Amino acid sequence: MALSGFFLMFFLVQHLTINTLSVFSEEMFNEVSHFMGTNPLVQFLLQPVLIFAVVFHFVMGMFLEYRNNKARDVSYAYNKPAANSSWMSRNMIISGLTVLAFLVLHFIDFWIPEISTKYVVGDMTGKLADGSFRYYHELHEKFVSPARVVAYVVAFVFLALHLIHGFQSSFQSVGFRKSNNKLLLSRLSYLFAILVPAGFIFVAVFHYVSHNHL
Amino acid sequence: MNLNLKIWRQKSKKDKGKIVDYPIANVSEHMSFLEMLDVLNEELVSKGEEPVAFDHDCREGIFGMCSLYINGEAHGPDRGVTTCQLHMRKFKDGDTIFIEPFRATALPVIKDLIVDRSSMDRIQQAGGFVSVNTSGNTQDANAIPIPKENADLAFDAATCIGCGACIATCKNSSAMLYVSAKVSQFSLLPQGQVEAKDRVINMVNKMDEEGFGNCTNTGACEVECPKGISLDNISRMNREFLSANFGLKK
Repeated sequence: MALSGFFLMFFLVQHLTINTLSVFSEEMFNEVSHFMGTNPLVQFLLQPVLIFAVVFHFVMGMFLEYRNNKARDVSYAYNKPAANSSWMSRNMIISGLTVLAFLVLHFIDFWIPEISTKYVVGDMTGKLADGSFRYYHELHEKFVSPARVVAYVVAFVFLALHLIHGFQSSFQSVGFRKSNNKLLLSRLSYLFAILVPAGFIFVAVFHYVSHNHL
Repeated sequence: MNLNLKIWRQKSKKDKGKIVDYPIANVSEHMSFLEMLDVLNEELVSKGEEPVAFDHDCREGIFGMCSLYINGEAHGPDRGVTTCQLHMRKFKDGDTIFIEPFRATALPVIKDLIVDRSSMDRIQQAGGFVSVNTSGNTQDANAIPIPKENADLAFDAATCIGCGACIATCKNSSAMLYVSAKVSQFSLLPQGQVEAKDRVINMVNKMDEEGFGNCTNTGACEVECPKGISLDNISRMNREFLSANFGLKK
């Protein structure tokens, strides 16, 4: 869980970096998106590794949940878990499944049309009929709908809850957390868990606002 | 004070068990929790009823025999104490108190509030020791220089009394805090380092075999531990386990 978690957190930073480019420069966003979408190393090595990491993280999470539920055959009549642990740490399965549900929407929105255009239709140019790049246009058009923006915001709030625990927990699982760095890791965990999802929310809201009001 | 006790009653390992209400009057706030149960049992015996079975031994917070889940927390609402050191001043007149056994598939209930913790003993037997040549020329342990920091950390880990509160309070019934304390107390000292790799692998494998859950780092165990065993021990054990499995072989 920790190792796939580290990889997915690294991917989130990379994804956010490219998304953020769309706020500052349409041209740069198009160029980077075209590179990522057509580079063989990214497409045929990194992309399969990413999909494997997502599936592995999900399957291991479900397997852990199953085994851990089996480890207590009779529940307490009265339990007070909030007295000793955070909601985020106890409900990774809820925040994780919410993020997974979002991924389905995200795949329908972007990944499936992208794969279809490139590998079914066979159009690797990345361009529209008028000759301009399609990437920024596609992204911008997706966030016209306020319902989609709300869905993205909710999903990223759950991602933040997942990361608050997941970030520091990953370091604990690989044995990196020690008495002299645990406070730092805890603070970094909150920083990462707030800044990264907030960045994704900012990009979605930016495109919604710029499309509808600017 | 007058209290309404809701106590788990279970005749045997095979019995289904249920919560039974026991009102109790005139409880002194100076009583320990176990003394309060003693009073209840005297009342039950005088009425010809079966007393409530519960574990206890030294009643000084040392042996870790007492093991009650009180109002949703292992060893009750106080911090850094076992059930025997919990006092009734932590409760108010009119309170309802749920008293249950420690719950885990690997800690089955024997009767009422007594659980079978032999699975924890079996983990200890899998590697929680130092093999010593007792031929008569054993070196004095105090003759080996040990950094003060390691000596302190090993001592802190060794204060684990094996009560099982960490397992009872963990949502996954994981024994990681217990096992990591046992692993740490040896691996931090030169005498224990010789068998460190075998120890961590054998104890972790035994823990899994006994049916304890997996650690998801909620930190609940550290909060409820009556001896304040640190989560740092789990991190150290994870480090040792990874290094023993993927690092250099002895």
